[in-house]
Amino acid sequence: MISRHPVLVAVLAFAAAHLAFAQGERMTLQKVIEAGSGFSIQSAGSGKATLYLIGPGDVLKRDVQLGQSTAFSPGSLCNAGHYLAVLTGDSFTETGSFDVVPTNNPANLSFIAKPSRLPVGLRDGITGAVYVFDGYHNLIAAPAPVSFELSTTSGAVQKHATVSREGAAWTAMDSTAEQGADKFVARIGDVSSTRIVGQVPGDPCGLKMSARQDGQEVQLTTEPVRDCHGNAVPDGTIVTFTETYSGAQSTIDAPLKRGIAEATMQVHRGATFSVASGVVMGNQIGWAK
Amino acid sequence: MTSQRFLLILVTGFATTSTLAAAQASVKVEPLNLQGPRHLGDQSQAAVVRDYLHAWQSFRAALEQNQPELLEADFVGTARDKLASTVKQQGEQGIRTQYQDRSHDLQILFYSPDGLSIELADKVEYDVQVIDHDKVVTTQRESARYLVVLTPAEVRWKVRVFQSVPE
Repeated sequence: MISRHPVLVAVLAFAAAHLAFAQGERMTLQKVIEAGSGFSIQSAGSGKATLYLIGPGDVLKRDVQLGQSTAFSPGSLCNAGHYLAVLTGDSFTETGSFDVVPTNNPANLSFIAKPSRLPVGLRDGITGAVYVFDGYHNLIAAPAPVSFELSTTSGAVQKHATVSREGAAWTAMDSTAEQGADKFVARIGDVSSTRIVGQVPGDPCGLKMSARQDGQEVQLTTEPVRDCHGNAVPDGTIVTFTETYSGAQSTIDAPLKRGIAEATMQVHRGATFSVASGVVMGNQIGWAK
Repeated sequence: MTSQRFLLILVTGFATTSTLAAAQASVKVEPLNLQGPRHLGDQSQAAVVRDYLHAWQSFRAALEQNQPELLEADFVGTARDKLASTVKQQGEQGIRTQYQDRSHDLQILFYSPDGLSIELADKVEYDVQVIDHDKVVTTQRESARYLVVLTPAEVRWKVRVFQSVPE
């Protein structure tokens, strides 16, 4: 139908072109605004209008005088995101869009360190992940140098430097050979966040017992039980003593007390005594008497 | 899944009184480009995508109805607080907004080594309609690149960071 009316087509085309041009004239916007900073939006024309700034993070509405600059004080828009600007008057509506971006100053690190407690000597046993935020809790997507540091109570330090990508960075570090409460620090610029990672002794290592006969019984006693790094295995850890004889077997579970475990077992001719803790086997003692 | 590139079509159906046409948003998931040592299984990936898209429905409903409690199921922490604040601002000014997502182009960027957070990017196209005291002010088609951080809750992933960045 429209094609039958070339004049109408021309009028519509002109009107569309005019509107497109007018949209650019009514309102002048910055395309990028730093979060929390002051800014202004210039309007053209005369009369009164309403200005809306619409985004998932903030919604503002102002009555404005066309032809003047509308100032927004610092702190008006603090949440980063894509915003729609709408200027509407009695006979027009003009829209534009802009982005509020995070500040360039990291102010907060969301730092998750795992686990909070682990055995010594585990390769890549400790992991840390950070997200970098500005002072308005906007995720800073621009790459930024992030450092991680794990330090023991004796001063030994592991360091890892990396660069955040899309606001995130991570590391994996070895638990050290030394038990104790280590400090795990993530840092970007002057901003840091600290977690405490408890390192506890690992499995017993080189478990060894001795035997002493007392009448019809034998007293079995371990040497002080330590892990492979020399850390004392904590009291309460269960040590299992086993006696095997004539196809029979008896066991005693004994907790470590003051670093050693003890058990008393009946003596049987040709018996063999063994000791273990968890999956760690210790020595065996044959009893010929 | 033999290919990590697949297309999902939302079939959840948007129950709405919106004046915007409630269409199904097309969803494309790009191949994984993960930083971090942790493997992300197909099931976890599907769950994250599902929960994120569900969060868009909550986001839309909350801002359309000015009911911040609608955010609770899918948002947590900073994202929830900021969106709830926006809902409050809208309510105080007699404004409602309707966000109708049209398409999502998703890529999972980061799976933290502890498994406690996932970051994804979403190139999303959406219509936004601004309504001031029941008068439609404008309807615009917009596109934005969102960075989203999700963390696991009891039975689903919840959005903790929901922020667009310049493309």
